[in-house]
Amino acid sequence: MHAFGQILRIETRLFLRDPAAPLTTVALPLALLVVFGLIPAGRQPEAQFGDLPFIQYFAPSLLVITLAMTGVNILPTVLATYRERGVLRRLSTTPASPVALLAAQLVISLATILVSAVLLVAVGRLAFDVPLPRHLLGFALALVLGTAALLALGLLVAAVAPTTKAAQALAVPLFLVVMFFGGVYVPRFLLPDLLVRIGGYTPPGVQALLDAWTADAPQPLHLAIMAAVAVVAGAVAARLFRWE
Amino acid sequence: MRVIEVTNLHKRYGDLVAVDDVSFAVEAGEIFGILGPNGAGKTTTVECVAGLRVPDGGAVSVLGLDPRRDPRRLRERVGVQLQESQLPDRLRVGEALELYASFYREPADPAELIDRLGLGDKRKTAYKNLSGGQKQRLSVALALVGNPEVAILDELTTGLDPQARRDTWALIEQVRDTGVTIVLVTHFMEEAERLCDRVAVIDRGRVVALDSPAGLVSRVAPEQRIRFRPSAPLDDRLLTELPEVTAVHRSGSQVVVTGTGDVLHAVTSVLARNQIVAAELRLEQSTLDDAFVELTGHRPAE
Repeated sequence: MHAFGQILRIETRLFLRDPAAPLTTVALPLALLVVFGLIPAGRQPEAQFGDLPFIQYFAPSLLVITLAMTGVNILPTVLATYRERGVLRRLSTTPASPVALLAAQLVISLATILVSAVLLVAVGRLAFDVPLPRHLLGFALALVLGTAALLALGLLVAAVAPTTKAAQALAVPLFLVVMFFGGVYVPRFLLPDLLVRIGGYTPPGVQALLDAWTADAPQPLHLAIMAAVAVVAGAVAARLFRWE
Repeated sequence: MRVIEVTNLHKRYGDLVAVDDVSFAVEAGEIFGILGPNGAGKTTTVECVAGLRVPDGGAVSVLGLDPRRDPRRLRERVGVQLQESQLPDRLRVGEALELYASFYREPADPAELIDRLGLGDKRKTAYKNLSGGQKQRLSVALALVGNPEVAILDELTTGLDPQARRDTWALIEQVRDTGVTIVLVTHFMEEAERLCDRVAVIDRGRVVALDSPAGLVSRVAPEQRIRFRPSAPLDDRLLTELPEVTAVHRSGSQVVVTGTGDVLHAVTSVLARNQIVAAELRLEQSTLDDAFVELTGHRPAE
């Protein structure tokens, strides 16, 4: 436990020391929220956004940025780099286990997502009148399952990629798909209906987040898909993961 | 006291036999070298000793423990420096040592170790900003921070410039003087000759020789070669009839005499008796390089 605490402390420092990581995961979505929030038109309800203001409609997609960056970009890259450079192997020659390092990375990912979600909800509420999630339990569930699905996919990438380059080659397209269907690149109201519907089922499940945030309980099928992705990807990753 | 005992170790990766049949024992307090061409099975052997790989056959005992059954207790007492094992770029020297010290029950004092390894002024330097020699010293420091009884060091000086290599050697001798038993994997003959008390030469997964560096040299290649330019014409027969001399050649104006035992004394005595001065006299003795070639049929890699 002592070793795990030390590893977590050091890994957190390293995460914060790399300015790109906190910037892309937490600062970027928050900055976008502020920018759209400051545009007056962004705060007017519109029929095309389901009678919501744009900022409210778009907020779940901002959360997708954090989730995608953390889960399918930073996590697999860090793990693949650590494996390629022999960091994991060196750890396995000491009384500490490389599992502790993996666990520390997951804790940091979860903390990043939690911090970003709290900031987005709080700043949205305090500065731009975005209501707190209407269905709190549903929102928490959608966030937890969406996070689990993306972290599992990130672990799967780290498990199957033999090198850092290979990890990035796999992670980048996955990242683009997650971001696209999450409505980050093109707001979803501009997408054809079919793509919007597909986006409800691709991790992290932007529709479930939107439903719970603005209206009602998320659809069980949306949540079930995220849980299934998390379990399957996580199980395959656990089977295939190598320390060296 | 035997600290490490390896008996008929066998390890294969699929169809590839990495270690065929390796046996050796390491005594307490010695620097034991494992020498061999690339792909001979050196690294796999020490990985089995360190408990990083599970042997397919044979027995390994380290400090009386079986690395397979007691990996945790073993890792408390054995420090390992792996080939090509790096650290995160932004991790600082002091942080790395404190982190690794926290893994052990009775660690060395990280600050003192940093000073001892000459990294005192690099405490706050990030790993990526260290030179090759400094990275290597940090790597040795991490292998020692748990106060191990045995240190396994794999390809310690590969990629270092000659000065950094010599500094690292001095460091290893210093570590041995504190009572740590050291297993050194290397393909540098000079390194083995300078540091090792005994050497196991491994080739194609087998131990082909096990002796002190001097013992290996004399056993494999006892011949000495004397070169000189005689000041006056010299009849070869004066030399060939000496019992110590095995052959005499001419190379331009130089005479090359090969022989065994006290051949230098015999040759110079004959020359003196005949009032011939041996100019540019050189004695060439076999080195561990020659022994290595003889034993494995390979040139040592550089």
